[in-house]
Amino acid sequence: MAVVTEKLDHLDEPLEIAGRKFRSRLILGTGKYKDNEMMVKAITTSGTEIVTVAVRRVDLDRTKEEGILYHLDQQKCLLLPNTAGCYSAEEAIRYARLGREAGFTDWVKLEVIGDQDTLLPDVEGLLEAARTLTAEGFKVLAYTNEDLITALKLEDAGVVAVMPLASPIGSGLGLLNPFTIRLIKGRVSVPVIVDAGVGTASDACVTMEQGVDGILMNTAIAEAKDPVRMAVAMRQATEAGRLAYLAGRMPRREQAVPSSPTAGMLD
Amino acid sequence: MRECAALTPVVKTMKESDQVTITITLNGEERGVPAGLTVRGLLAHLELHERLVVVERNKEIVRRQQYGEVSIRAGDTIELVHFVGGG
Repeated sequence: MAVVTEKLDHLDEPLEIAGRKFRSRLILGTGKYKDNEMMVKAITTSGTEIVTVAVRRVDLDRTKEEGILYHLDQQKCLLLPNTAGCYSAEEAIRYARLGREAGFTDWVKLEVIGDQDTLLPDVEGLLEAARTLTAEGFKVLAYTNEDLITALKLEDAGVVAVMPLASPIGSGLGLLNPFTIRLIKGRVSVPVIVDAGVGTASDACVTMEQGVDGILMNTAIAEAKDPVRMAVAMRQATEAGRLAYLAGRMPRREQAVPSSPTAGMLD
Repeated sequence: MRECAALTPVVKTMKESDQVTITITLNGEERGVPAGLTVRGLLAHLELHERLVVVERNKEIVRRQQYGEVSIRAGDTIELVHFVGGG
């Protein structure tokens, strides 16, 4: 796999976020895996260079597993702390600061959630937190809904990437609104990374075919029956969708056009 | 611990500060810890690696270079957090 990827490097530019370049356009979450061994295998085979992590209380009774830092190699993967589970700007800012201290990084995946059932973003809180954190020097990758105006406001706030959702977190419903995703990609100049909602490889491929810069997923791999196979499938689908976008698809036609010459047929 | 000190002559030789516990709120739960600890001492008491844990004292992050200087006081609200799997 690695050999093939190297040979194809000239077909695409690296993904560049805040001046840092990544060969992989796939970003993975580290939640919900059966165990850490499976998580590490899936991450490694996916080829990802950015993984998200959450900030939570240490279990002082040690009944649960150790912190995830034991299992992740920060030389190979950029750790991207998230503010998952935060329902206000104030809370998200607090978690972002803790994440910065824990991970020795000023990168943060900012989430401000507005509703428990849908986990859809609270735009008001999101913008407020984005403004505060960028002013504090954070490199903010903002999880947002697929709304152009919010994306533009986030860009104005100084985020280094906007991350509109394909569909709700953990839903696996795939890309519900390709039109708005293309609209956002056409208007903002920071990278657009579609975050959440991908269910299977074809979803990743279709998402990348919209011309976005990258894709972030967690549940689709972690909850697959075989996460390692799904990680490879996602890696290939992400690359396939990206290359198909760059290649430029043929026009859609309402009638058939023969592929073989019509001339030279026998009488 | 204080009961032991009262009963056994061996413990009587310990410094008074070793025998006193204070109550703090640690990760949301009230808990007794030895008095006179610094943040570094608290982490050692809990057998936690400094590098893998972030400490928040009364909603203020304690920088790692201050672990040896910042004291834990009775009534403090301490949060100890680290990274876990997440999306």
